[in-house]
Amino acid sequence: MSETMTADIADRPGSDPAAENSARSETRRQASSIEMQGLHKRFGHDTVALDGVDLTIRAGEFFTLLGPSGCGKTTLLRILAGLEAPDAGALAVGGRDITEVPPHRRSVNTVFQSYALFPHLSVRDNLAFGLKMRGLPAAERNARVDEIAGFIQLGDLVERRVDQLSGGQRQRIALARALVCEPDVLLLDEPLSALDAGLRGQLQVELLRVQQRLGMTFVFVTHDQDEAMVMSDRIAVLNGGSIQQVGAPREVYERPVNGFVARFMGHDNLFAIRARDGRRLTTALGTLDAEDPGDGALLLIRPETLDLLPGAVEGPNHLPATVAERLYRGSHAEFRLAVGDTTLQAMVSNRGRHLPEVGETVTVTVAPEDLVTLSE
Amino acid sequence: MTDTGVTASSSRSLGRETRHLLWTVTPGALWILLFLVLPSVYLMSVAFMSSGPYGLPQMPLSLDAFERLAGFGFLGWSPGNLYTLLRSLWQTLVSTALVVVIAYPVAYYITTCRAKWRPLLLLAVVVPSWTNQVIRSFGWMNLLAPGTPLSDLAASLGLISPHMGLYPSNFAVTLGLVYNFLPFMVLPLYSAFERLDVAQVEAAQDLYANPLRTFRHAIFPQTLPGLLAGIVLVAIPAFGMYVVSELLGGGKGMMLGNLVASQFAGAANWPLGAAGAILMLLATFLGLFVMRRLGKRLGGGEQVVI
Repeated sequence: MSETMTADIADRPGSDPAAENSARSETRRQASSIEMQGLHKRFGHDTVALDGVDLTIRAGEFFTLLGPSGCGKTTLLRILAGLEAPDAGALAVGGRDITEVPPHRRSVNTVFQSYALFPHLSVRDNLAFGLKMRGLPAAERNARVDEIAGFIQLGDLVERRVDQLSGGQRQRIALARALVCEPDVLLLDEPLSALDAGLRGQLQVELLRVQQRLGMTFVFVTHDQDEAMVMSDRIAVLNGGSIQQVGAPREVYERPVNGFVARFMGHDNLFAIRARDGRRLTTALGTLDAEDPGDGALLLIRPETLDLLPGAVEGPNHLPATVAERLYRGSHAEFRLAVGDTTLQAMVSNRGRHLPEVGETVTVTVAPEDLVTLSE
Repeated sequence: MTDTGVTASSSRSLGRETRHLLWTVTPGALWILLFLVLPSVYLMSVAFMSSGPYGLPQMPLSLDAFERLAGFGFLGWSPGNLYTLLRSLWQTLVSTALVVVIAYPVAYYITTCRAKWRPLLLLAVVVPSWTNQVIRSFGWMNLLAPGTPLSDLAASLGLISPHMGLYPSNFAVTLGLVYNFLPFMVLPLYSAFERLDVAQVEAAQDLYANPLRTFRHAIFPQTLPGLLAGIVLVAIPAFGMYVVSELLGGGKGMMLGNLVASQFAGAANWPLGAAGAILMLLATFLGLFVMRRLGKRLGGGEQVVI
């Protein structure tokens, strides 16, 4: 075990300082892919955390595990870090099986949700911790800490004590502490959830830039679908310990595979299909023509695909409606419309046109290609 | 806390606040003055007096007591008192070390148990100390006396000569000290373990620290305040121990506390007893000072408060 580890470290370009610098500042070394096969994990007798997860994360990808609390996303991340052992299944990073490798021998580093900085150490010692444990000489440790501090723009924070830092600063130190080790994979466990909205947005952008510049494989855990869509190359949506859907943000948002994914991505307009005649679908809204409806039992209508026409207008995919509620948001307005005995959400961007008032009679239209069906 | 409260409001109504302060502080201050400061001052002054008939202090002032404490008597220098001091230090050191070695895993083990069992296990640690020290020491006498199974076992292993008991001996005193002070180490360590930030431990593992280094860098520093508090709670009373060494030590197990007590009672030399008490106090302060420095160096400053 220790032999393979030594070989692994020696193979890294990091062992030659000159090559290392050029490698890191520009393209960096080859990023690693991750393969998970049939991962199972249960806690106690009846809590199933992971129920057979098969997943491949590509090298250099910003990959997000998205789901509500208790869906297994954190357990999966902890298995990647080696902090939790799967009951069954296999895990490989960069083609090497690491299922049985303890955390301190994995070239995987984690940014913890609580940051988990060592309060008895200075910021510099925190940053150098991983390098020190790997046995790098002090001079090289210092050089690399200074380099990462410049890269993350920590400025003079390096010489401070941990208890003198704000939440946002701690977050950046935690990120730098993991990045300085140049792991094959960086794991991020809801790293932004403790920050206020403004700072969070700023750090999202920063994190994205860091990942793009380093080309490192990032696995990011969050329960916030907006954050997931902004950050990710691909998203895996988890529920009840199993993966519901894997795809690019647009795919997951626009073509959710089931009701859970659709609701979790923020969709409200889901209607049970009562009757189906070829491409004609009948729901509580009425009958609509879809271009390529698929064979799901639920009809999804995204609010931003709807158009509102004033007054009653006849036509295909035209639904008579009454405005029940209007929320004016400046750039756009959100409507709750009464259609028959059900309600429909619509979002209309504000191009200076007439925005219907509450109580007004309107006609909702939707293009056949925007209608998607999905399973419950 | 009180400080900031007082300073914050003092600018508003100084007179009233001061009166309130006086009312609340005076009884406690009087108590401390009457029962701590005055007796201490008296004790210290006694140490600098001569010993009169029946050992009572009398004028003139002299340093006789300290000379005798250092071992200079009518028959020249004898190492008896020095041995007693060294024995006290040694017993304190050994018993505190043993208590740490036993309490550390015990405290950790209790924190790993199910939440509903923990109070019960802590109770089991504490319950023995509800019985008087004297009674418990007599209990140990019965267990360690010559002819008891434990003594026979020790004799058959060649640890002691046959027909000798494990009691009275220095070993019995160490055992008694460890037994007596174990709860005072387990409790602060338990509370340190209970507050342990597991994320830090995982961060250390994640950052390539092997189990030993994880303990050294992520677990130990977090339990250090509890450990130092426990050491203070154990070492200071152990150093001044009277009962255990009196009952379990026999003539050869005498500690500083017994020396001081004997000077006020049997041997009757109050100034010498007082000088012994001052020595004990100085040693304790020195110990506390060292602990504080140690805590600052190991624990990174403010988190260690003694």
